[in-house]
Amino acid sequence: MKYEAVIGLEVHAQLLTSSKLFCGCSTKFGSEPNTQVDPVCLGLPGVLPVLNRKAVEYAVKMALATDCTVNNRSIFARKNYFYPDLPKGYQISQYTEPLAEHGWLDIDLEAGRKRIGITRIHMEEDAGKLLHGEGPEDDAFSFVDLNRAGVPLIEIVSEPDMRTSEEAQAYLRALRDILVYLGICSGNMEEGSFRCDANVSVRLVGAEKLGTKAELKNMNSFKFVKEAIDYEIQRQIDLVESGGKVVQETRLFDSSKGITASMRSKEEAHDYRYFPDPDLLPLLVEDSLVEGIRPTLPELPQAKRERFTTQYGIPAYDAGVLTSSRDLADYYEAAVKETGEPKVSSNWVMGEVLRLLKEDNRDIKDCPVSPKGVAEIIKLVKGGQISGKIAKEVFEEMYRTGKPAAGIVQAKGLTQISGEDELARIVDDIIKANPDNVERYRSGKATLFGFFVGEAMKATKGKANPQVINRLLKEKLGG
Amino acid sequence: MSITKKDVIKVADLARLALTENETEIYTTQLTRILGYVEKLSELDTTGVEPTTYTVPLKTALREDRVRESLPREEALKNAPEAERGCFKVPQIIE
Amino acid sequence: MDLTSLTIHELREMLRKKEVSSVEAAKAYLKRIEAVEPKVRAFVTVAPEEALKEAAAADARLSKSDNVTPLTGVPVAVKDIFCTKGLRTTCSSKILEKFVPPYDSTVVRKLREAGAVILGKNNMDEFAMGSSTENSAFGKTLNPWALDRVPGGSSGGSAAAVAASLCAASLGTDTGGSIRQPASCCGIVGMKPTYGRVSRFGMIAFASSLDQAGPLTKDVEDAAILLGAISGRDDLDSTSIDAPVPDYTARLKTGVKGLKVGIPREYFIEGMDPDVDAAVKKALDTLKALGAELVEITLPHTQYAVAVYYLVATAEASSNLARYDGVRFGLRVNKTGGLLDMYKKTRDEGFGPEVKRRIMLGTYSLSAGYYDAYYKKASQVRTLVKNDFEAAFTKCDVIATPTAPTPAFKIGEKVEDPLTMYLSDIFTISCNLAGLPGISVPCGFTTGGLPIGLQILGKSLDEDTVLRSAYAYEQATEWHKRRPAL
Repeated sequence: MKYEAVIGLEVHAQLLTSSKLFCGCSTKFGSEPNTQVDPVCLGLPGVLPVLNRKAVEYAVKMALATDCTVNNRSIFARKNYFYPDLPKGYQISQYTEPLAEHGWLDIDLEAGRKRIGITRIHMEEDAGKLLHGEGPEDDAFSFVDLNRAGVPLIEIVSEPDMRTSEEAQAYLRALRDILVYLGICSGNMEEGSFRCDANVSVRLVGAEKLGTKAELKNMNSFKFVKEAIDYEIQRQIDLVESGGKVVQETRLFDSSKGITASMRSKEEAHDYRYFPDPDLLPLLVEDSLVEGIRPTLPELPQAKRERFTTQYGIPAYDAGVLTSSRDLADYYEAAVKETGEPKVSSNWVMGEVLRLLKEDNRDIKDCPVSPKGVAEIIKLVKGGQISGKIAKEVFEEMYRTGKPAAGIVQAKGLTQISGEDELARIVDDIIKANPDNVERYRSGKATLFGFFVGEAMKATKGKANPQVINRLLKEKLGG
Repeated sequence: MSITKKDVIKVADLARLALTENETEIYTTQLTRILGYVEKLSELDTTGVEPTTYTVPLKTALREDRVRESLPREEALKNAPEAERGCFKVPQIIE
Repeated sequence: MDLTSLTIHELREMLRKKEVSSVEAAKAYLKRIEAVEPKVRAFVTVAPEEALKEAAAADARLSKSDNVTPLTGVPVAVKDIFCTKGLRTTCSSKILEKFVPPYDSTVVRKLREAGAVILGKNNMDEFAMGSSTENSAFGKTLNPWALDRVPGGSSGGSAAAVAASLCAASLGTDTGGSIRQPASCCGIVGMKPTYGRVSRFGMIAFASSLDQAGPLTKDVEDAAILLGAISGRDDLDSTSIDAPVPDYTARLKTGVKGLKVGIPREYFIEGMDPDVDAAVKKALDTLKALGAELVEITLPHTQYAVAVYYLVATAEASSNLARYDGVRFGLRVNKTGGLLDMYKKTRDEGFGPEVKRRIMLGTYSLSAGYYDAYYKKASQVRTLVKNDFEAAFTKCDVIATPTAPTPAFKIGEKVEDPLTMYLSDIFTISCNLAGLPGISVPCGFTTGGLPIGLQILGKSLDEDTVLRSAYAYEQATEWHKRRPAL
């Protein structure tokens, strides 16, 4: 490959505070337009911002989780531009002195691990939303909803360290997993609480100098991020190959067409006229605050994954699935603690538990069967009281009714039949009833063995201990 | 530094002011004079001098993350020049 | 007896002794407003019904001696820059002509809590930008001492209303002298507290790092009372200072014996009006006679203060005034239907020429390529100005200067020449840049009968000493007792 891409991502994560960054309005998503606004976030004359402590703590958490240096003193600045969704005509953000800088994040790729630099993390307020009319008569108007205006965001800016859309995707997933693990962001891309812009440029492999970059916006899923970056890389290569030049611009991803398109035709170059916001004094984050927050950080996804493979000896794939959320990982660990069977527990959690939850579109937090319940089932199978097949039925019953496993097994008479005499009688009956098949089996048709097992299971409603049945059939059929 | 008519037009655009030809002329003259006056600051060597934005030697206050009541929507929209569907109504952006 | 001639401390004494009711006092003021307001034009909005209602409520408390607070029943006015819930707040701008805030500014809330009756909203220079109150969208206010002259500005309506006895006192704001200079022009007391002493919440912003609210009163004792009522930390203003508010009247009468009064040589300049020069020098002699020690000091960067101010204040203003966009409140002018056009036409028609001039200057000084040369440079020189005061205050307790180089000028005299207008703030501006408290107290009259003001500046949060010095001087003279003939 002659060209390589250089990709940097700017991620906006909405912080899960109850109230907005600078006023007491709720941050709840999906309310009726303009019902979560007050004079401050409406930008009425004379109002002033007062910073939300929790937002600062959350931002510091993210900074620590990505090994950033938290600046003891950071400055809020005004970014000035006019837009109807920006009530004050400026956005309160941080500019020359951000909250945190110089961090990194390791991403796991097929080729191995790669470190992506994090340039900075700063705090800022979100803008409102512009809604557009539906009917043709509405074409001349837009409608402004300011519920989102003033909701706290952190912007996480990466170094241009990524070379492929896969790396970008892996970085983005890792970042989102951390945010969700920290409990500071919902990570929901559709609702816009996790948003990503990408700076993409191309250059000849081996070149030092960066090419001119385009900024990609409007990619509201991981899939679209990949598609947009791939499209853009190819577009730039084609352009350069054909003697053209990449221009620095913002391009919007059009998911219906799978292309990026230049956003502004003749809009003036932005001049945001940043300057320190005189309404907010410097934000001082003392070392004591940082050190107070550090111990509250949970084990992060990557560390947890690694621990699961080493401590439990489960495959990397299982560890990946089981650590996809903190709650799921906790669930799994609680089950293992009861059973002492890491792999069997993993199979159960990844299999039956997740299957049923997925069918019901439920979160692990709301799972009706506790880890203890899963352990109970595993123990019944292990102790030979029920078969694996019955176990699945019992589990589903537990899931639906919330009843304990042993109770269900007993009530339904599902206890496995392992008694030699009883099973020997049944095997004898089957042999007696199917002389033709017995004949054919004995004369070499070995595949018929399954038929006899099936008959035995039918006769016992699946409760027969398969090992015993197998042995008895082999003995009695000869062969 | 002197300010040209072109600068004045550019600044007016950034500040979202529609200046008439006459206003542009007047502001060019007046701003040139004012900027000529403030030029005297360049007499001072300020190398290494920290800029002052805040005269109070304080850190910013923090508030607890508590939800307070928002304005009733009618109140929020009451001063709006045009409101519809619970929203502030604005003309479409035309480039 | 003419109730409107009384100071706050005189009137509240009578109210408490039930020699007069708040409704009577409010009615007396409303009657005088009816008679005199057409000559002075100090108000944008008079609110007689609300005032009488508040006065009646105050009387109910007074009669039962229930919850009688420092200002219970005292009729005051406020500059139309303070948001008043349910009462139109215009900032003397066409763009806010119909704006009715759904909230009270903190100072108005505090006034109400202190029991004051609010008669109405005073005229001002649009968005507090000016030194003459000529830049109001709702007409010029005239100087009660000479109706062909300006009352100063930007709190000119407040100063004129107090001087003309249209209210017992008023609240103004001071960004570069906007309380002290009109107080000086109108022969009354005006005080700008330390930046952060009084909450800015609900006070419409001009230049956020400089704006500060303060009292305009008939005498120093009233200033102390009113300042006490509005001061203190506010959770709604991150820049408000968390420091206890002393009783400013407690040490008012303790004199100036042994107090070191700094006289900055840079404030006695050529081109100063000779009557002003003489009056201020005489005032310094009076302070000396009262036992103060006069110390010559230097504030070497004074000559740069106006330049610093007009870059910093306009930069902040250009951003503060971006919210007037015709979307959520205020005027909208929309002719062609496009958003950009709506923005531009709204702001062009909604703002007056001085406001636009300052938005232009501020936008320019922040714009790419000019930030370092203008905004940043000015902020650095601001540090030097601030350091000057810190050095000076190692040698003295307060600083005394003229408030303005000239008395009130003629209406229209400086309108065409913004720079000359800006230079009339030369003595008041440094104090804002350094965030310090300052007061203007009447110290004489020109031969033409125009009031002259003495400015006293103090250390950060040392309003006490500023008030005490001003009070000692005031009580040794008769100037504050003079009233204009209207």
